[in-house]
Amino acid sequence: MVQDSTRLNGLRAKHGRPPAGPHEPQAAPSTLRQGQPRFRGLEAGHRACQGCGEALAARIVMENAGPDVMVANATGCLEVFTTPWPQSAWRVPWMHSLFENAAAIASGMEAALKARGRNTKVLAFGGDGGTYDIGFQALSGMLERHHDVLYVCYDNEAYMNTGIQRSSSTPHAASTTTSPAGKERMGKRHLKKDLLSIIAAHHIPYAASASVAYPADLARKVRYAMGIEGPTFLVVHSPCPLGWRHASALTVEVARRAVECGLFPLVELERGALTNIMPIRTPRPVVDYLELQGRFAHLFDETDTRAIEERDHLQALADHNILTYGLAGTGDDPVDTTGIAHVRRGGPLAERT
Amino acid sequence: MIEYRIHGRGGQGSVAAAYLLAGAAFEAGFTCQAFPAFGAERRGAPVTAFVRIDDRPITLRSQVRAPDYLVVQDDTLLLDPALTSGLKPGGAMLVNSRKPTDEIAANFDTRVVAVPATEMAQEAIGKPIPNTALLAALLALTGDLPQEALAAALKSRFHGDTLARNLTLIARAAASVEAGAWQKEASDA
Amino acid sequence: MREALEGSLAIARAVAMAKPDVVAAYPITPQTHIVENLSKLVAEGDLHTEFVSVESEFSAASVVLGAAATGARAYTATASQGVLLMSEVLFNIAGLRIPLVMTVANRAVGAPLSIWNDQSDAMAVRDAGWIHLHCASNQEAVDTTIQAFRIAEATELPVMVCMDGFVLTHTMEVIDMPGQAQVDAFLPPFAFSRALDSADPRTVGTLVDPGWFAEMRHSHHAAMGRALGVIEKVDADFAKLTGRASGGLLTVTGDPDARVGILAMGSVVGTLEAGLADFGTEAGTARLIKLRAFRPFPARALREAVAGLDTLIVIDRAISPGLGGIVGSEVSAVLQSMTAAPRVLNYALGLGGRDIPESVYPALIAAAANPLAPRFAVFDADLDKLMPEDR
Repeated sequence: MVQDSTRLNGLRAKHGRPPAGPHEPQAAPSTLRQGQPRFRGLEAGHRACQGCGEALAARIVMENAGPDVMVANATGCLEVFTTPWPQSAWRVPWMHSLFENAAAIASGMEAALKARGRNTKVLAFGGDGGTYDIGFQALSGMLERHHDVLYVCYDNEAYMNTGIQRSSSTPHAASTTTSPAGKERMGKRHLKKDLLSIIAAHHIPYAASASVAYPADLARKVRYAMGIEGPTFLVVHSPCPLGWRHASALTVEVARRAVECGLFPLVELERGALTNIMPIRTPRPVVDYLELQGRFAHLFDETDTRAIEERDHLQALADHNILTYGLAGTGDDPVDTTGIAHVRRGGPLAERT
Repeated sequence: MIEYRIHGRGGQGSVAAAYLLAGAAFEAGFTCQAFPAFGAERRGAPVTAFVRIDDRPITLRSQVRAPDYLVVQDDTLLLDPALTSGLKPGGAMLVNSRKPTDEIAANFDTRVVAVPATEMAQEAIGKPIPNTALLAALLALTGDLPQEALAAALKSRFHGDTLARNLTLIARAAASVEAGAWQKEASDA
Repeated sequence: MREALEGSLAIARAVAMAKPDVVAAYPITPQTHIVENLSKLVAEGDLHTEFVSVESEFSAASVVLGAAATGARAYTATASQGVLLMSEVLFNIAGLRIPLVMTVANRAVGAPLSIWNDQSDAMAVRDAGWIHLHCASNQEAVDTTIQAFRIAEATELPVMVCMDGFVLTHTMEVIDMPGQAQVDAFLPPFAFSRALDSADPRTVGTLVDPGWFAEMRHSHHAAMGRALGVIEKVDADFAKLTGRASGGLLTVTGDPDARVGILAMGSVVGTLEAGLADFGTEAGTARLIKLRAFRPFPARALREAVAGLDTLIVIDRAISPGLGGIVGSEVSAVLQSMTAAPRVLNYALGLGGRDIPESVYPALIAAAANPLAPRFAVFDADLDKLMPEDR
């Protein structure tokens, strides 16, 4: 780890970036303000829905990525609600080309910057449709070619921009407009694609999942990824009140319960190996998460045995995640699911033990 | 304009031969054009390549349908009845074969010369690639282009030991045929 | 300097002389030799560029789009299915008005699968908003490639340099290669007024509502109109520097007094020239019109070029099933406004690599002399191969 951070700091120095990183001791910020820079890459006043998880996540990402970046944005809600011509909510160079090519556009940007001797970091943004599905090939190519790009997937688990159609990221049993629950169907029949494992299989320096319910954790992950030269990937669980059919005020609560029940594990992988997890001190039952959302309403018909089966199925999936990633934490942990947002901002998890 | 058609099999360097012949023509101060008729590019599949040489710009881009000369890099292709199609009256065919010229010529009503180019190449460059030896023999037989032009074309393609061995090879191949044989007969005709 | 070079190698060297910052490409026959030769130049240290070996043509087009938008001179090349896989990005590049150069090694589009030459690929994206320049020889392809960078950067429009696959890409011929000093004098360093820069943030590729879309399309159309003059001027400047013009918007050769004209794009023009020289006296002469700029379409120049003709034969190297020829239809449309427009005969020729022999020239002249000649035909199709209902 020490060797690794020395190497990374060398790379950062080479690229004019500060040697800051979550695993290295840092000079304590003299003021809270200094410790919480508020660069507004994505300004307020855009046209996102009330309670939009994606807008919140993108704001946090931009705040922590800083001003010397440029963004390649896939088609989707984020693109549409931030850039209705002739307005733009972006304070950084930002380009939208197509739905499925954000990673390739970012690759081109990075190649151009490299050719021109610039240090600007390239970010690529896509939704789950643009990442798990239609943009997957371009993303895989970008990772394989080792472009110095941070790709952020805002995962709201369906094609929300076109009106809530199922994607390969839609969870099992969720009802969408193309996987509706009915007499013959209990919502989506297939499982949510385990994208992070596929991304990790590219053996990129860093891939992680994050959630809008844990902004400090998300901020730390963005900052860590920004300090790495090479491809990095974040998937950020971002509830969509419209698509998930929950109250706009509950976005953060819904996202938190997804993590707490184990359905959306927060993990970090470096060069393909699991290096960090956010432990769950007391796992919640998945029904706590499901019951807040209309897309799972059909699972709460107690007269329907299929509903109970599907709930059990989802619980089993959550239990499987907890087991696979070793999420079950015990004891007093300052950075677990209940603690992190209050106790510490971006604490050095590696020093936890 | 002189037109050539080169028949060979994938891996024998037929396209390279066409480019070398055109390159030699260029070195000798002529305009040239060389291109392949590709099929699916499998090793061993029949390959045809075309060359045009002229002293003025060449604009025609069709395949060579009425060649002045045929170069056959593999004698198994002699069984193809379409091999000599369109060959101009008074034209000639150079064949890479261990068989004697007379034995092959008996089956064709055109002038034929056979050269064991594969064996010559194997001996000189250690590889069974007959193309440069055949070109040297072709140039010697027709007298259309000097051997130095082929050597110059080779120099732009090969270097070092490979070049030296090829230069030895073309000298031997050129000496193995009767210089100007086709030129003389053509003027007789 | 005059050299005997394979077309693809010559193109790679021409591209290298333009010093692109970024090259991205995906291999497809018959474009492969171009990118292989570029890769070799990079490997030997003769070309300093970010060479991005992408996983598809879709990403090739996207990478060069991202690169050019970020202020880099960028280049790609493709053909056939690759053009079609790129097509969504091609519209995007043009709509974003990004200066880029792409070589299309023209090839048929499947099915049925054909790796051989025709121009169906470029025709399939004719409405994408790119400048299309067609080359009749490798000399023109080299010179046009260098010109294309200047045209693209002056107009802020992407330029597609079309050269017939195999017939040009795989043909070795004598090419007068420009020198690096000439290219440097001709081509200023890359400058793009709307390049992305974190010091001066800019939003590109926004959502445009119906209140603006029509105006943006009109603006694109107007820019293409202005490009007509740029294409002519850049060719004239190039001719001043090198002594070689590449044919501006179109070139008229052959017999100026002939009553029959033949219009074509690409390498078939050379075969028609040879046909005129060899069969003209016997079969009758013709005025030959070599159309270089297909987009923007040079309507006025075309009307001037055909003045006085009784019959104009338009060669198409592609077909629009259910309509007929594409170039032919467009030519007919722009000649409508002439007081004495020639009769237009439109023949598709050499589809899917069918060799076009020199004898096509007298055959076309014979068709022109026939008052009952069909207005459209696949000229060299052997209909006896087909079922009766398809003949």
